[in-house]
Amino acid sequence: MLKTSHAAHRDLSLPIEQPVTRPDTKAQVVIRPLPAQARFSLRLNEADLEGAQTAAGVTLDIPINTRSGSAERSSIRLGPNEWLLTGPYDDAEVIASQIDAALSGRFYTLVDVSHRNVGITVSGRRAAEVLNSGCPLDLAEAAFPTGMATRTLMGKAEIVLMRLDDTPTYQVECWRSFSTYVRDYLIEAAREFEPSIA
Amino acid sequence: MLLVTCPYCGPRPEIEFRCGGEAHIARPAEPSKLSDKEWAEFLFVRTNAKGVFAERWNHAHGCQRWFNALRDTASDRFIQTYKVGEKRPDRTPGQERL
Ligand SMILES: [Zn+2]
Repeated sequence: MLKTSHAAHRDLSLPIEQPVTRPDTKAQVVIRPLPAQARFSLRLNEADLEGAQTAAGVTLDIPINTRSGSAERSSIRLGPNEWLLTGPYDDAEVIASQIDAALSGRFYTLVDVSHRNVGITVSGRRAAEVLNSGCPLDLAEAAFPTGMATRTLMGKAEIVLMRLDDTPTYQVECWRSFSTYVRDYLIEAAREFEPSIA
Repeated sequence: MLLVTCPYCGPRPEIEFRCGGEAHIARPAEPSKLSDKEWAEFLFVRTNAKGVFAERWNHAHGCQRWFNALRDTASDRFIQTYKVGEKRPDRTPGQERL
């Protein structure tokens, strides 16, 4: 069972008992829950970006709907004045203090949403098709290359979708209370290509 | 699927958006000086245009910004979208700029 309680600690990942995949490498789509991460929602006026292009080791001054950084730390620009910042779970306090230092004197809000979101990766040759079963975005190479990241929909749930690499690997971030729905939706869609998925 | 061009995100599927009704309706500067009839008109009475109509739209499941759009209510075609604060473009159906 997935834990969807509001009281869930932020260090809980999506507790799926086993990876939703076949162990061999020929799998056409692999769905995997991600371990806990530190996540922050940052709001900052576009005009205040001047002189604060980077903060906490990531670049803020990137085009809307793109992602920069590494697996370790990343910034996702969801709108003109909104970012989702991610990092290792244990770095939460460090990231917050680094943002404070970088943006001091500016008006901004930084909210810890680590426990609010759950991350799931969808990778493999058929990953885009699986996602498109519930997401209306054009995920073709030209429209959604590696580095793209945006808020959108998966079925009836709002998600943040990012493309991490050319495998391709996509990361789906959804709210914890929607995570059973999103996971089951993805698994249902993936069965078309991987009938062994339970 | 109908695509709506968000001024911030570009063309995106319609289901990510919410319509917020008629655009460019200024709130009266001194509501207390209005009669009930005038206040009711500000609150409730809207243009029921057939043809080009300026509406507020919100990219609710995307960047979550509000923006304005010129839409042809007869054909449901979006003629142009523009940011809040920008002047209403002067366009007619067939002059789509997306
Ligand atoms: Zn948008």
